[in-house]
Amino acid sequence: MDFYFGLIQLIGVHTLLGLSAYIVLLTGQVSLAQAAFYAIGAYVSGMLTVLAEWHIVPALAVGGLAGAAAACAVGFPALRVKGLMLVIATLAFGEGVRIFFFNFDYQIAKGDIKVGPLGGEGFRQIRFFPENGWTTFDVMLFIWLFVVLVMALLWWFDRSRYGAVLRAVGEDEVAAQSVGVNLTAVKVSAMTVGGAIAGIAGCLYAHYTTHIEHASFNVLVATFAIAYPIVGGLQSVFGTLAAVVFVQGFLVEGLRELGDWRNLLFGALIVLAMNLRPQGLFWRRGA
Amino acid sequence: MLELKGVTRHFGGVRAVDGLDLLVPEGCIFGLIGPNGSGKSTTVNLITGLFPLTAGTILFRGERLDDLPTHRRLQKGIARTFQNIRLFGRLTVWQNLWVAQNSPEDRARRSFFARWLGGRRRARDEIAHLLEFSGLAHKADEFAANLSFGEQRRLELARALAARPRLLLLDEPAAGMNSEEIGQLRERILALRARGITILLIEHVMELVMGVTDRIAVLNFGQKIAEGSPAEIQADPVVRKAYLGGGAT
Repeated sequence: MDFYFGLIQLIGVHTLLGLSAYIVLLTGQVSLAQAAFYAIGAYVSGMLTVLAEWHIVPALAVGGLAGAAAACAVGFPALRVKGLMLVIATLAFGEGVRIFFFNFDYQIAKGDIKVGPLGGEGFRQIRFFPENGWTTFDVMLFIWLFVVLVMALLWWFDRSRYGAVLRAVGEDEVAAQSVGVNLTAVKVSAMTVGGAIAGIAGCLYAHYTTHIEHASFNVLVATFAIAYPIVGGLQSVFGTLAAVVFVQGFLVEGLRELGDWRNLLFGALIVLAMNLRPQGLFWRRGA
Repeated sequence: MLELKGVTRHFGGVRAVDGLDLLVPEGCIFGLIGPNGSGKSTTVNLITGLFPLTAGTILFRGERLDDLPTHRRLQKGIARTFQNIRLFGRLTVWQNLWVAQNSPEDRARRSFFARWLGGRRRARDEIAHLLEFSGLAHKADEFAANLSFGEQRRLELARALAARPRLLLLDEPAAGMNSEEIGQLRERILALRARGITILLIEHVMELVMGVTDRIAVLNFGQKIAEGSPAEIQADPVVRKAYLGGGAT
């Protein structure tokens, strides 16, 4: 049973990661920095619960704020460039953050062991949940509480004027600014909200795995983050959830017994899904 | 209302607009005509700030616009339509107008308190009124991409009006229209002027330009070659030469 709870936790965290890219994609920007905001949320909140012995909830809030602050700071210079140049700029930032954590040591003694991030060895013993007696099931519910909250927030955005403005910018920047939309403000705000969501996802990830390291935040993770909303389609937040279930539940776990063949099939199935349903997995054509 | 002084824009070695002086008085319908490539659309893009000026200055209601970004110029009251229609195709007709409500009044109305004090209802009423004016009320929930060509043109005009402009720049609004549609467009342009909106009309369709404008300027190779009333322009030999070709003088 714990295997399924673990899978559901993973799907929850990846859904949040995908949603952090979803809102940025609505404005037509492709950001490969989402893994970096995810990493910042993970390390910041992990250090707060382990080193400063905070409760998970304030640590989660600060992790989200740290992700948002990093995204806002990256957003201003990075969003001056577009398309492929933005992909490169955000990729460089993401790798920079990963390498920072690869070299980041900050350990303190706690009893007879030392805790805290230790460079390439990673950050072990993020044991807030087991120390406080949370079961896997409790943690799963906690993660999904945030998945539901974030999905509700983005769903509400989509129905508000703000959501229409985001999509307008994504469709035609020249027309959007010509009808009075401040492109910089809209893009940076979308990036900031995405950074906050990624920071929260990182915090939840760090605490349910109890062990993070730089490799957990590499460019593959950043690619997955943008792949989910693209595969699921940008019509609705539910597309991203569906894509995570499809990729993590079916492609990664469901095909595990195929061994090495899985990786081949994995790529082929994504290509097939994108060809058969270019508008996203579960949406009508033209809707 | 709008004044261009020595406005110049070079693209590499090409002088798209070269030392253009133009004075558009308040409340008039001002025509800007010229052969293809004469710099008309570039002039619109310079006035709205999509391109920076190479030289010169632009004044709107006595205020310099040169350093303002495009969205700030719209908030000052300058709205436009595009020669090649640029709607938000995957938003509905209604949303296209909603997104465009960016005048200072509308922005104030969306502030935290004002939106609960009837701000939302007034925004909706305004959109309903614009839909009525452009004959699109029955298409409010249709995706803009699914509209016919004529409907898209009308929606683009309505979207420009959603910003409550004082000055409206129309970049070839009659392109591709039949003469019945041109007649309706002409009625709309006159109705807008009656509401106090100043209009800069860029157009090839002489049937429309000559019938509706108060004053016309003619561009050729980025320079103004003539300016006057429609009757004067029609009689001007320089203009005839620019349009019909022939040896340069």
